[in-house]
Amino acid sequence: MRNGTTDLPVLKPFRAPAPIAPSGFAAPTMLGGGTLAAFAMLFGASLALAQVTARPVGESAVTVLLRWAPLIFQGFLFNILISFLSMALGTVIGVLVGIAQVSLVSSVRKTAWGVTQFFRNAPWLVLLFYAMFLLPFEFRLFGLTIAFPAWVKAIIGLALPVAANVSEIVRGGIRSIPSGQWESAEALAFTRAQTMWMIILPQAFKRMIPPWMNLYAILTMATTLISVVGIQDGLTITRAALVAESRPELMIPMYLLLLLMFFAYCYPIARATLALERRFNVKA
Amino acid sequence: MIASYFQWLNDTHGLNFSVFYDAFDRSRFLTGLWTTTYICVVSIIASMVLGLIGVWLAGGNSRLGRLVVRGYVQFFRNTPPLVQLSFFYFAVAGLLPTVSDGASGQSPLVSGTGWAIIAFSLFAGAFNVEIFRAGIEAVPSTTVEAAESLGYTRLQLYLHVVLPLAFRICLPALNNNLINLVKTTTLAYAIGVPELLYAASQIWSEMFNVREMMNVLLVTYVALVAVLVWIMGRWEKAMRIPGYST
Repeated sequence: MRNGTTDLPVLKPFRAPAPIAPSGFAAPTMLGGGTLAAFAMLFGASLALAQVTARPVGESAVTVLLRWAPLIFQGFLFNILISFLSMALGTVIGVLVGIAQVSLVSSVRKTAWGVTQFFRNAPWLVLLFYAMFLLPFEFRLFGLTIAFPAWVKAIIGLALPVAANVSEIVRGGIRSIPSGQWESAEALAFTRAQTMWMIILPQAFKRMIPPWMNLYAILTMATTLISVVGIQDGLTITRAALVAESRPELMIPMYLLLLLMFFAYCYPIARATLALERRFNVKA
Repeated sequence: MIASYFQWLNDTHGLNFSVFYDAFDRSRFLTGLWTTTYICVVSIIASMVLGLIGVWLAGGNSRLGRLVVRGYVQFFRNTPPLVQLSFFYFAVAGLLPTVSDGASGQSPLVSGTGWAIIAFSLFAGAFNVEIFRAGIEAVPSTTVEAAESLGYTRLQLYLHVVLPLAFRICLPALNNNLINLVKTTTLAYAIGVPELLYAASQIWSEMFNVREMMNVLLVTYVALVAVLVWIMGRWEKAMRIPGYST
């Protein structure tokens, strides 16, 4: 019966399940390539459509798009720059608030908790408005005038919700460390500050990276909000380009171009986050 | 009583909470609140339906269906919602025909509010697909196999066994996403939908009370989210199966 053919599953030779790909990157990367290719095709189709439907046949859609693409890309780079700066500012504030959230002093802990919840539950756009309208355009400090241009205010406005989210990530990371670590550190006569910086945070750090990267991707997508409050970013430039060309059939390809730029930037981050999550075996 | 208190506050301290004593501002604000609530409720329901359809297709036999769902999820998850909204409102809406509104003008087929609902539903739906998928994966395979061996069809299996269990597992994640959706509705401001933020900005540009309106606005949104959290909490409690915990 060993070599005979049968339909009975019991008699089929044992086959071990395929081993998991060692890197965890290879398969998703191919998949991402497929998705990207699909959208590139969609993009091409919309471009062709625009070419065909152009009423007074003028320049080809590709030429127009190529002319504007560098400018739109510059705007997109500005979005990325804003995202870097807000993330840096938000992370610094968020780590401090997050550590305050596990403080032993109950008033500090509760205040930090309240601040975190408040800024986490308020819409990003409203917080951005808050920063744009309520921060002064310049500060006077010891006779020194520090100018506060709109983009700096935007960075602060975006950093507020980021800080609140980072604070939750830090708190979650610290809480996820087993209490045995705290107790053994105490038994070895570490002070609380030493325990925190030398024992807990280094271990928690690894677990905080995937949600932190996820937050960064969300922030990058949220940077387009600054166009609402009147700062020139990728979206503003795309709109301006459309107004300048005044060719309505170009709208879909133009917006798709901008969407593709963001997709090409955020998708690898999302995949890397997933891969890291699997590697560290923590659920966000 | 409340109106006179805020009137007094304005007169003596210059804190101009016009929405509480001025009938016109109040009605504008309440209309905005109503629009926001309307967009939220419709988008929440639509996004959950989309999530269910997506997860049904993603687990199905059709290769094309799986690919489409994967592409949809990845695209909407990894692009800015504001650009998606602009794409729909400016680009896609331009392709649709206009309908005569009876009188003299032509009105677009789908209003700004409609596009906002469509865009937010698609955006949140993409996240919901992933959330439901994670919940379904967490249902023990033995349960599914037991149901299969009892002769359940795939639809029955989903309706009676998998979804009720998966739903309970993924409620916390779903909660987060729906809260996010409520916050995302502020983006409708960018396409001129008269929702809460838009109403507030109208009021503060006329009454010059940016600081007061900002705070009212923040508190209102936090309250909206709190209501949603409360409802979901009640729901979670009502759906709890004694002895079954995740």
